[in-house]
Parts: sequence; structure tokens; C-alpha cells
Amino acid sequence: MEHVKIVEARHVVKRFMGARVLDDVSIDIELGDKIAMMGPNGAGKTTFVRSMLGFYHIDDGEIRVEGYDPIKSRVEVLKNISFIPQLPPPVKLSVSELLGYVQRSADTPAQRVIGEAEAMELDIKRQMEKPFFKLSGGMKQKLLIAIALARKSKLFVFDEPTANLDPKARDHFYRLLFNIDYPHSTIFITHRVEEVEGLANRKIYMDLGKVVEDERI
Amino acid sequence: MKNFGLVAYLDIKESLRAKWFYVYAFVFGGLMGLFFISGITDSVVMGFTGLSRLLLVFIQVTIIILPIFILTTTVKSIAADRESNVLEYMLSFPISLKEYYWGKFIGRFATVFFPVIVALFIGVAWGLYKGGNQMPWAMITLYSALIFSICVVFLGIAFFISTLVKSHDVAIGLSFAVWIVLLAFIDVALIGLMMQNRMPDELIITIAMLNPLEAFRIGAIALFDPELTVIGPVAYYLLDTLGHAMLIVYAVIYPIVLGMLFAFFGYTAFKKRDLL
Ligand SMILES: Nc1ncnc2c1ncn2[C@@H]1O[C@H](COP(=O)(O)OP(=O)(O)OP(=O)(O)O)[C@@H](O)[C@H]1O
Ligand SMILES: [Mg+2]
Repeated sequence: MEHVKIVEARHVVKRFMGARVLDDVSIDIELGDKIAMMGPNGAGKTTFVRSMLGFYHIDDGEIRVEGYDPIKSRVEVLKNISFIPQLPPPVKLSVSELLGYVQRSADTPAQRVIGEAEAMELDIKRQMEKPFFKLSGGMKQKLLIAIALARKSKLFVFDEPTANLDPKARDHFYRLLFNIDYPHSTIFITHRVEEVEGLANRKIYMDLGKVVEDERI
Repeated sequence: MKNFGLVAYLDIKESLRAKWFYVYAFVFGGLMGLFFISGITDSVVMGFTGLSRLLLVFIQVTIIILPIFILTTTVKSIAADRESNVLEYMLSFPISLKEYYWGKFIGRFATVFFPVIVALFIGVAWGLYKGGNQMPWAMITLYSALIFSICVVFLGIAFFISTLVKSHDVAIGLSFAVWIVLLAFIDVALIGLMMQNRMPDELIITIAMLNPLEAFRIGAIALFDPELTVIGPVAYYLLDTLGHAMLIVYAVIYPIVLGMLFAFFGYTAFKKRDLL
């Protein structure tokens, strides 16, 4: 298998109010890596992912996503990444407006999102005019997952996406992830490693802003 | 720039569903209604004077309350988006910060500008219906321009505060502080006090002139209140040195420039600093 690097993070340092929240983090991600990222609360997992997505200006080191700098070329970087945040955002747009936003900004037909949602037994067509934040917690999560999958990205970043899902929905989600039929990578932040066992082929453990363990499984 | 219009459009749609927008529209619509009921317009017959006086009162109240409305609602909704991860999610799509920021700015502008303008025109229409026979065109045009200008300058300040200060409470507090300070410096009494303390006249005039609220007050009143009784010495001085035409240019253009400067500084900070 050829080694196509999607993400190269070298000696990344990020400080918040003096504290080194990312302390010399180096992580390379190749196409095909399915990473389970773990670590205690406050370890810096979300901060790493956000730096990769261009939300934070890092204090030292370098991050490249397919060769692009996430700050200087955020559009190029984000074209290839699907992201689901740690908490479902209370977006006030209606479902149809949100899908319009996704369609226009990320060239993802709303119809494809609806299809992905159906695969998770979410009949979103009946909720189109509802504000997104008024959906139930699980429905929100399912829709976010549907959007992420519909974008057909090379890299999926999931920050604990299954918190609100019932066991059945969780299984659906894992099956969908498993069935993605083109080369891609995943970063799956989770506190329950046994859940992503069958999905992950690499395990990264962070603590106190450092990568303390990085192994292929 | 394909996403610029999209962001603006969605921001407008979102505002139209938000509570603050209805409070806002209700206040300005209600204000006009209140003036009618309280009989400002019934002074003699509703003619040119009656309608002019209605507009004069409306614009003066607007100058005082519109800024704080714009500041608090804008700062609040931007801070809420950031704190609740909405910003994080929306910006995880391939959209440039330029499109996002200026799209939001234009969308926001539309939602704060139109209710006030509509209230103004409802007032005018009502005045005509009640027997006004002469449209005070000069006044309507000038006041529309002033409202436009107020919206730009305070939106600019609000966007600036929002990108610079991340905490919700601090941002709201700062908005109030800005408003109070600006109000304090149009207060004729305060200027009088400064004069008593032997501050140089030039300094007093400069401070007053830099204050966009002062610009609006002068612009709104100077041309239509021949006695300039309520407005104080600075207005006299400006009218004297600038003349009518320049005074209006100053009252309309200066705040727009100031607002765009703030908005631009805000944009720079938005790009140069952490987004979350
Ligand atoms: N915007 C911010 N400003 C200041 N400090 C922050 C900010 N974001 C995160 N931190 C701090 O950085 C540290 C790491 O936070 P981070 O969210 O990356 O942890 P995490 O590994 O995702 O934890 P969890 O498992 O709880 O989600 C924490 O101590 C947090 O308080
Ligand atoms: Mg986290």
C-alpha cells in the first residue's frame, strides 16, 4: 500500500494563557489510517483537532493538510475534511437552510445528505422546516453524521460523535463508517475504546498535551 | 465570493426567526405609534410642521436608543455563536473568513436597518394620510442617510468588540460602556463643565466632533431647528465654520468611515487570532 500523507503535524505547540495545551505534538496521518484518539479530559485532543482545522494559530511547529497550511489555505484544507464537533451546535437555521449551506459551501447535494440520513433511519424530509436546534439530541447527531458522510471527504474528524445515540443508532453509524467505499482516513476521539475496536487500525493516546502512545493495531 | 451572499442570506433568515428582532422591530414601530397617540402630530393640523416635528422627535429618540440595541444584540449573538460551538461547526466547512465575516456584516446590517427605515416611512405615510400636503423630502432623505450611517458605525463597533473580546459578559459590558461614554460626551452639561475647568475650546470641539452621536445630533437637528436651542455651543461653532452642506457631509460620511474602520479592524483581528 502506498503511503499518502494527509496530515503532517510537526512539533506543534499551542499555549492557552501560558499553559502548553499542546506540547510538542507530532502526528502524521496517512490515507487509510483509522485513528482512535484517546486521553483524559483536558489532554488536548480537541485542541489538536481544532488546530488542524485552522481554528487556532499554533505557537510553534507546523501543520500541513495535504500540503496546505490550515490558516493560510483554510478553504483548500476544509474541502477534504468532514468534522463533527464534541457537542451538537444549537444551529438556529432550519434543516433545509443548513442543507443549503452545506450544498453551496461544500458542493454536497442535499439529496445525498437525505440519503445518508435515511440509512440511519432518520427521516429528515419531514423535519425540513424545523430549526436544527429543536431536533432531538440523537436526531441532531444523526444529521451531523449524515452531512459528514455525504461530503465524501478524505478525512473524517469525529469528536465523540456517539454520545447522544442509542445503541442501535450507534451500530448503524459504525456500519456506515465501515462501508465507506473509497480511500479515506478517520480520527475518532473517544473515551470508549472497545467501541471503535473493529474500526480503528491505529491508537493515539494523549495526556497533558503530549502524545504518550501511538501504535498501529 | 459565492458564499458571501449565502452567509448574508442565512443570517437574515436566522434573525427573522430570533426574538431580539421582534423586540427590535416592535420598539421602533411602537415608537412611531406612541408619538401619534401622544398627539405630537395633532398640534394644529397635520401639515408640514406637524410631520417635521414628528420626524424630529423620532430621529432624536432613535439616535439615543438605536446604538445600544445594535451593540447589544449583535455582540450577544456573535458571542453566543462562539460559545455554543455554532461558529466552530459553520466554519468547519470550506468557506473563507472573508466571506463569512462580511456576509454576516451585510446580513446583520439589513436586519437592523430595515425596521427603522420602515418605521420612518410608516410615520411619513401616516402623516400624509392625516392631511399633510407637503412632503418634507429633504428631511426624509437626510434622516434615512443618518439611520444608514448610525447602523454602519455601531455595527462596525459591535463587530470589532465581538472579535476582540471572547467573553460574552465582557463584550456586553463593553458595549454598554461605549454607549454611556458616547452619551456622556454629547451632554451639553459635561461640555459646559469642561469649559469651566478651562479646557481649551479646540479640545472640547474636537472631542465632541469625534463622537458619532454628536455628529448625528447635529446633523438631525441643525438644519431644522433654527434656534438650535437644545444642542449647545459645538453645533453653533460647526454650523458657523462648516456651513450647511459640509455639516451634512460630516454627519453622514464621518460615522460611515469610522464604522468601516472598526469593522475592518475587527476583520483583521478575526483573521489574525484564534477563532474560538
Ligand atoms: N479556547 C480556550 N481558551 C483557553 N483554554 C482552553 C481553550 N480551549 C481549551 N483550553 C484548555 O486546554 C486544555 C485542553 O482542552 P481540550 O479541549 O483540548 O481537551 P480534550 O482532550 O478535548 O478534553 P475532553 O476529553 O474533555 O474533551 C484544557 O485544560 C482546556 O481548559
Ligand atoms: Mg474534547
